[in-house]
Amino acid sequence: MSGARVIAVFALRESVRRRVFVVVGLLTIAFLALYGLGTWQLFDSVGDFDEPIEGVDARTVAGATILGLAMFATLFLGCILAVFLTLGAVRGDAERGLLQPVLVRPLRRRTVLVGRFAGAAGVCAVYVVAVFVAATVITWVFSDWWPDRTVVPALQLAAAVTVLTALSLAGSVVLSSTANGIAVFMLFGAGLVAGLLGQIGEALGSRTLDDVANVVSWVLPFEALYQAALAAITVDTVGFTRLAIELGPFGGAEGAGPLLWPYTLGYVLLTGAVAAAAFSRRDL
Amino acid sequence: MLTVPPALEARDLRKSYGSIDALKGVSLEVSEGELVGLLGPNGAGKSTLVKIACGLVRPTRGTAAIAGAPAGEPEAHRSLGYLAELFRFPDWLTADELLAMHQRLAAADGGAAERKRLLAAVGLTDATDRRVGAMSKGMQQRLGIAQAMIGDPRVLLLDEPTSALDPAGRRTVRRLLEDLRERGVAVLLNSHLLSEVELVCDRVAIINRGEVVTAGTPDELSRASGVEVTTANGTRMFEGADRDEAPRIVRDLVAAGEEVFEVRVLRSTLEDAYLEAVGEE
Repeated sequence: MSGARVIAVFALRESVRRRVFVVVGLLTIAFLALYGLGTWQLFDSVGDFDEPIEGVDARTVAGATILGLAMFATLFLGCILAVFLTLGAVRGDAERGLLQPVLVRPLRRRTVLVGRFAGAAGVCAVYVVAVFVAATVITWVFSDWWPDRTVVPALQLAAAVTVLTALSLAGSVVLSSTANGIAVFMLFGAGLVAGLLGQIGEALGSRTLDDVANVVSWVLPFEALYQAALAAITVDTVGFTRLAIELGPFGGAEGAGPLLWPYTLGYVLLTGAVAAAAFSRRDL
Repeated sequence: MLTVPPALEARDLRKSYGSIDALKGVSLEVSEGELVGLLGPNGAGKSTLVKIACGLVRPTRGTAAIAGAPAGEPEAHRSLGYLAELFRFPDWLTADELLAMHQRLAAADGGAAERKRLLAAVGLTDATDRRVGAMSKGMQQRLGIAQAMIGDPRVLLLDEPTSALDPAGRRTVRRLLEDLRERGVAVLLNSHLLSEVELVCDRVAIINRGEVVTAGTPDELSRASGVEVTTANGTRMFEGADRDEAPRIVRDLVAAGEEVFEVRVLRSTLEDAYLEAVGEE
């Protein structure tokens, strides 16, 4: 078994033994139950619309909006999982004396990072895909509405949480656990605020706000991925229904184009390389 | 002719943390089957030296090698076992699981037999399935020693390995170290317990303020300090005299008409040598 794989399996076992997955699973079930309740109520109301607006499919508008909300919550939960699985992976573990016995084994420090990243990113990616699929199915059960794309947005959410995992792991090399956790949540918040600014900018026709949102989306590509995932669920929707969706809180999202995937890959690799370089120079 | 590199070799190691020089040019060799004790006051640079040898700390200047491989490289780690002064193991693992994980990391193929042998060697046979979190500090330290011996390393670096052990535990570790020496393992033992170092070590290096201030065998360091003779006229001290001079001293006293009741050859202890070397009372 390679060193990275041993470290990744160890991290997964630790999460299992410490009942991380039990807690996350129970809370996710609670979230999905509440989401189901909300969706049921929403579509119950949509069904009661006395005067449907001509040319607007109310089910599509309501479905896209509520699923957009679920995607936001899914990414937030994925971010929490990513942060808590990695926030003390290097400096925190070294300060507690947990890391040194591992590092004197015949493996390079970057191997330890790769192992921790693979374990955490794997868990987070599977988690967000599972929650997104569950939310989509719940939405379909209560509304009979299915998004235009499911695989692509699921992968984009998985990629977004992978970026967050890489940032959190890199932060753990230089920051204490608490500072790292705060920093990653701040970045997450900054990305979302930038996304909101972009939507406001589009509504107001403000070029400046649009530019700020675009730059932040590339600097923090989890935001660009999230926006692209939101855009993908209604990518084939046109006409007045499309216009109605764009009026909603999750409707202004735009795909960042085909460059986003290679950019994200490069971003994660670069983050990993910077983290590995900093780790290799760190006295423990 | 092929020369075998020393098990551990440090050459002119220097380490600075900002304006503080933790090591100021330390050179040290430990040969195969040799047990070397590292002594020094708190903050002398002992742990820094050990950490550089492990590759956990990068030297500002100088080199360190384990079995000929640069410290910190996987080749060096293949020959190395290490127990840190301040260490923790994941509290959710059992003793057996912890050793199994380190076997996988070290690519050691000893399997269950090796784990059983190591746990027996440190007196933890009955704790195989006990979680680390349910172990006393002393038990964890024994487990740490067992972990360091995974894969039969050629070099063992032990930083205060008996600080949490009771006298019986210390004796177990002492015997273990003697056994390792017989098997040709090189051991660098960093300890504050002078008596322990005196009992097991072949050589001792005393570090103070980042420099090796004295080194030698425990016998060389604890040299003769005089002969004390009790006669009918009281006790007399012959300073600087050693064991070989005692018969002559007794003959001279008897010839001078004195009655000799007791003769004691005095030696300075390792503690005296240590205090003299580090310049403390």
